[in-house]
Amino acid sequence: MNFELTEERQMLQDSLRRFLRERYDTATRNAIIDSDTGISADIWAQLAELGVIGALFTEEQGGFGGKGFDLAVVFEELGRAGVVEPFLDTAVLAGGLVADLGDESQQSLVEEIIGGTCQMAFAHGEPTSRYDLNRVQATAKADGDNIVLNGHKAVVINAEAADHLVISARESGQPGDDTGISLFLVPSGTKGITIQGYALLAGGRAAEVMLDDVTIPATARLGKAGEAFAAIEARIAAASIAQCAETLGAMETATTLTKDYLMTRKQFGRPIGTFQALAHRMSDLLIEMEQARSAVINAAGHLEADRNTREANVSATKNLMGRAGRLVAEDSIQMHGGIAMTQEYELAHIAKRIVMGDHRFGDTDYHLERFIDLSAA
Amino acid sequence: MDLSYTAEEKAFRDEVRSFLAEKLPKDLQDKVSGSDGEGLTKADMERWHAILNDQGWLVPNWPKKYGGAEWNAVQKHIFEEEAGAANAPRIVPFGFSMLAPVLHKFGSQEQNDYWLPRMLNGDDWWCQGYSEPGAGSDLASLKTSAVKNEAGTHYIVNGQKTWTTLGQHANMIFCLVRTDKDAKQQEGISFLLIDMDTPGIEVRPIILLDGSPEVNEVWFTDVEVPVENLVGEENKGWTYAKYLLTHERTNIAGVGVSKAGLATVKRLAKSEMSNGKPLIQNPHFAARVAQVEIDLKAMATTNLRIISKAAGGGTPGIEASMLKVKGTIIRQAINDLARRAVGAYAMPFASEAVEGSNAGLPDPLGAGPVAAQYFNNRKLSIFGGSNEIQRGIIAKVSMGG
Ligand SMILES: Cc1cc2nc3c(=O)[nH]c(=O)nc-3n(C[C@H](O)[C@H](O)[C@H](O)COP(=O)(O)OP(=O)(O)OC[C@H]3O[C@@H](n4cnc5c(N)ncnc54)[C@H](O)[C@@H]3O)c2cc1C
Ligand SMILES: Cc1cc2nc3c(=O)[nH]c(=O)nc-3n(C[C@H](O)[C@H](O)[C@H](O)COP(=O)(O)OP(=O)(O)OC[C@H]3O[C@@H](n4cnc5c(N)ncnc54)[C@H](O)[C@@H]3O)c2cc1C
Repeated sequence: MNFELTEERQMLQDSLRRFLRERYDTATRNAIIDSDTGISADIWAQLAELGVIGALFTEEQGGFGGKGFDLAVVFEELGRAGVVEPFLDTAVLAGGLVADLGDESQQSLVEEIIGGTCQMAFAHGEPTSRYDLNRVQATAKADGDNIVLNGHKAVVINAEAADHLVISARESGQPGDDTGISLFLVPSGTKGITIQGYALLAGGRAAEVMLDDVTIPATARLGKAGEAFAAIEARIAAASIAQCAETLGAMETATTLTKDYLMTRKQFGRPIGTFQALAHRMSDLLIEMEQARSAVINAAGHLEADRNTREANVSATKNLMGRAGRLVAEDSIQMHGGIAMTQEYELAHIAKRIVMGDHRFGDTDYHLERFIDLSAA
Repeated sequence: MDLSYTAEEKAFRDEVRSFLAEKLPKDLQDKVSGSDGEGLTKADMERWHAILNDQGWLVPNWPKKYGGAEWNAVQKHIFEEEAGAANAPRIVPFGFSMLAPVLHKFGSQEQNDYWLPRMLNGDDWWCQGYSEPGAGSDLASLKTSAVKNEAGTHYIVNGQKTWTTLGQHANMIFCLVRTDKDAKQQEGISFLLIDMDTPGIEVRPIILLDGSPEVNEVWFTDVEVPVENLVGEENKGWTYAKYLLTHERTNIAGVGVSKAGLATVKRLAKSEMSNGKPLIQNPHFAARVAQVEIDLKAMATTNLRIISKAAGGGTPGIEASMLKVKGTIIRQAINDLARRAVGAYAMPFASEAVEGSNAGLPDPLGAGPVAAQYFNNRKLSIFGGSNEIQRGIIAKVSMGG
């Protein structure tokens, strides 16, 4: 039993934390959020240089990490600083799928991703799929040597900035079937793709991606026809771990800010933290922080396990983080009073990151039900 | 024990319903439904005030001699519940239901004759200048000072107020100011009416976490305020302020708004699909909705019990604090359900603060900015006496502390 980070991971954590503390303060970040693109190319390049993206891929894929704990280390730090740049979408999701399934020419993009020169997005969710991974309605129909895509992909994060999209579409079967789903690697400027972008409440941007007779060569397919579901599920597991680690980092910031505020803010002639009504709630948050950290370790430590073990841990963690995250976000705001309601105060952004994290890859309720199903299996 | 309204009360409810059906503009209703009226402009709010004023219903709590209707507590409740359920804009309370009762009780005849008609006509828009950066829950520690000039004609006001809701629309602010630094905290406070166009006043917007420019900081530097604008006696302001706070806490339960919010959640959950079926058929989600609905039904009855006690002349004490705590918990739970209901579509950001951000915003369920509203309504348990302060009051009174 050893809960220490390896030396490499410890170094990455230290340098990443230092970099973000120095270069990514509240004002810088809020200016990025207000910018047209919602991301900073500069920060992206510098973090790539630091090795942040390389840490998300295995050695065989050209990186130097890619394990559950590598994702956890990186994303906890990104979460702590409230980073809005879509490393999760470009690298863990879309880039990860290309690395997992791509042929040699497709995989050449991974090097560009690691170098920080390629942006990607995973166009998978649809307006009526909610959090179900197999409810794909978009269609892929063969047309000679070509494939024609049609459909509507919902809330695709980073779609506007992406050079390439990884698009899921159904080649056979019905929405709700695991089989029949394929993935395609498509340059985002391809004719027939319409991207309707918008800002997100917690920073960054997303888009509705409309596929209107998008004609691509069959070689754009990632992996085998109709057999992408298992790879999608495994990648979403990795992304969920990244998301949970990000939420954990954000929760750390929220509780630290709250603890400091309780010790400094005075009302009725004394620090408000001396009111037991607040002191006990703070204690509860600290207890939940330990639960949250352990939950993230549980999930990260089982990313490489068999499918059922992995998924049961992912769902357990996602459920716990949804609950603990909401408690931390809401109570941190409440214990601050009015100040936490203002956009320019760090906690406001952090609380939004935490709560909105529950809307990605399945929320608290979804994963509770899924945990029950997986436990019965 | 009879849980139903009397025949007169029912007739009154029907009158309110048909008024709302006839006179509540559809565009205002649309702005309120699903988004709590955050998109309402100043002109929208003034239009609704004018419609109510024509009907004689803008200030139902006022004495008849000043143009009020003298509704009893049950009538007020019926109106609030029906208006909430119909998604009517809320009446901006600062002048009509906060300042006016103070003027009625403590103001001079001249003050009542001058300020009340202006309020009704929409000539003045009032905001509330109580809180300061250092004086939130501990309001009596406020520092903004008012010192009489040598001639005795003006107070010279210096200091800062904050969290001033809709101060950007206001031309008048009622303030608590310190007129005696040496007295015990509560005994050195006075109640002043200040024209916001006076030189030395600066209003700076505070953008809230959902992007809405809803509150402001108001800075005072050597602001001259005529002594006629003092309400009541100097150094008695704390008494008036507390009287005002009891008015701030009426309709605190927000039953009508919660009913409308719950209806919205149900509508969303009927259209949102989960695992190929409407979300409302998911037992887990349905249980969450039912749980809140059960709480709301009981609270509505608590609210009525307290109201009929008030209508019978009793004075609500800690019940108001209880309704504040329970009412805000329920409203926030409903906001939480709405956010959950729409899944990934909770993430897009619709903000009036970001120009053009609404263009092309996806909203397949017509949910409105549910997540923004969820965050914005965290304020409910903070302002008007935080829930911790209310619990402190309940404990103190019920245990005789
Ligand atoms: C089954 C059992 C086994 C036990 N075994 C042992 C044992 O092996 N050795 C031993 O030494 N003792 C033992 N105890 C005693 C135990 O330590 C006491 O019950 C405990 O310290 C609480 O004291 P009390 O029962 O007098 O309650 P009180 O101290 O009177 O407390 C009453 C309530 O007030 C709360 N309270 C008290 N002070 C505060 C405060 N400052 N802030 C907020 N809330 C407060 C308490 O949490 C509790 O809810 C045992 C008790 C039980 C019930
Ligand atoms: C959106 C919004 C609109 C507002 N509009 C107005 C307005 O128009 N005019 C106006 O004057 N004010 C307004 N306010 C201010 C509001 O009344 C204050 O925010 C409120 O009084 C709390 O003060 P504070 O924010 O300074 O928090 P603090 O008083 O610093 O409280 C911080 C935390 O400490 C807790 N706390 C404080 N004292 C105790 C205690 N004794 N025991 C236990 N816990 C305690 C609080 O409950 C809170 O959780 C508004 C606030 C908001 C957020």
